[in-house]
Amino acid sequence: MHERKSETTLLEHGSANALSWIIADGVIELALHREPCNELGSSSLEEFEKFATALQLMQAEAHALIIYSEMKAGFCAGADLRELYQRSRTMEKSEASKGVRDFLERIHRVFNLIDAAPLTTIAAVHGVTFGGGFELALACDLIIADKMARFCFPELRLGLIPGFGGIPRLKRDLGNAVVRDLLLTGRSFNATKAQQIGLASQVVSEGEALRSARATAAQLGKFDHATAAAAKKFIKPIPLEELRREIDLFCELFARPAVEVGLRKFVESTDAQPYLP
Amino acid sequence: MPTAEETLDEILKLAAAHFKVPTEKLHPDEDFFKTLGINSLQTLDLLTKLENHFRVELPDYELQGVSDFRTLAGKIQARL
Repeated sequence: MHERKSETTLLEHGSANALSWIIADGVIELALHREPCNELGSSSLEEFEKFATALQLMQAEAHALIIYSEMKAGFCAGADLRELYQRSRTMEKSEASKGVRDFLERIHRVFNLIDAAPLTTIAAVHGVTFGGGFELALACDLIIADKMARFCFPELRLGLIPGFGGIPRLKRDLGNAVVRDLLLTGRSFNATKAQQIGLASQVVSEGEALRSARATAAQLGKFDHATAAAAKKFIKPIPLEELRREIDLFCELFARPAVEVGLRKFVESTDAQPYLP
Repeated sequence: MPTAEETLDEILKLAAAHFKVPTEKLHPDEDFFKTLGINSLQTLDLLTKLENHFRVELPDYELQGVSDFRTLAGKIQARL
């Protein structure tokens, strides 16, 4: 017991290049701070895996987790497409495909842990919440959105689908017609729309998402921890089978030449709306 | 419902306030990407500002290729 306690004490905070976390008063706060907008690449994933390990140790002593961004541009712009493009260019096709599958398996493990964590998870989002960033928010129980937040699944422009669990989680939370609209048009939409379709639980003024998330977390602390965890487990199934199929479909699509063309177009784009085809 | 000219005027004022430039520096038919020197993230910010202000939803693919305030005003006016 004593050994576990000291281990937990060591994990009360952690800090690296892409993210850092702290636990205080039963609330874990995970801050994302990789320039320019928390793009998720291999180094970020390693840090997320460390956080996931720490989360499993901290969660017995916490009732809430808040994930937020310290970057002005937004919550998270999604996968690091420049890294993906570089790797797809420099590696053998089979090696690149294997690398992509490995990356997806690992990020799914992290997001599944956050999704199923026995505490209430809150994504406090602002600005760009695109692709993998949107998928990270969807793994959380509640989304509290700054009114300048903007959501989007732009993956189809690359000849891909969202690969970090986005479609199964969106489908779990919303009607299929809404999912099709967001996925197939690839359009971005604002926080008001996110609240209208049942995605965001609260829309707050500019710069207020983290404060509101903290107030919500404080309220959650008044409930019995075990009851809240049981209620969450009852109401929020993890769509494991669909998540597995999503990885397979993503890898199947990734093997096509259209993806490299799409990635190159994005990386080389100077367009004001590079997330649109 | 505001007229097209009123909508255009509102957009110019909003853009000037958001990007902290004098309103008189912005002209309805000029390329606002050049005038304001804005990048893709700032473009998204402007889109969100406009949607929130006019309480409309503007699918961003409808704005592809739109680079002057007058055309932008027309797109918004069509959704009021």
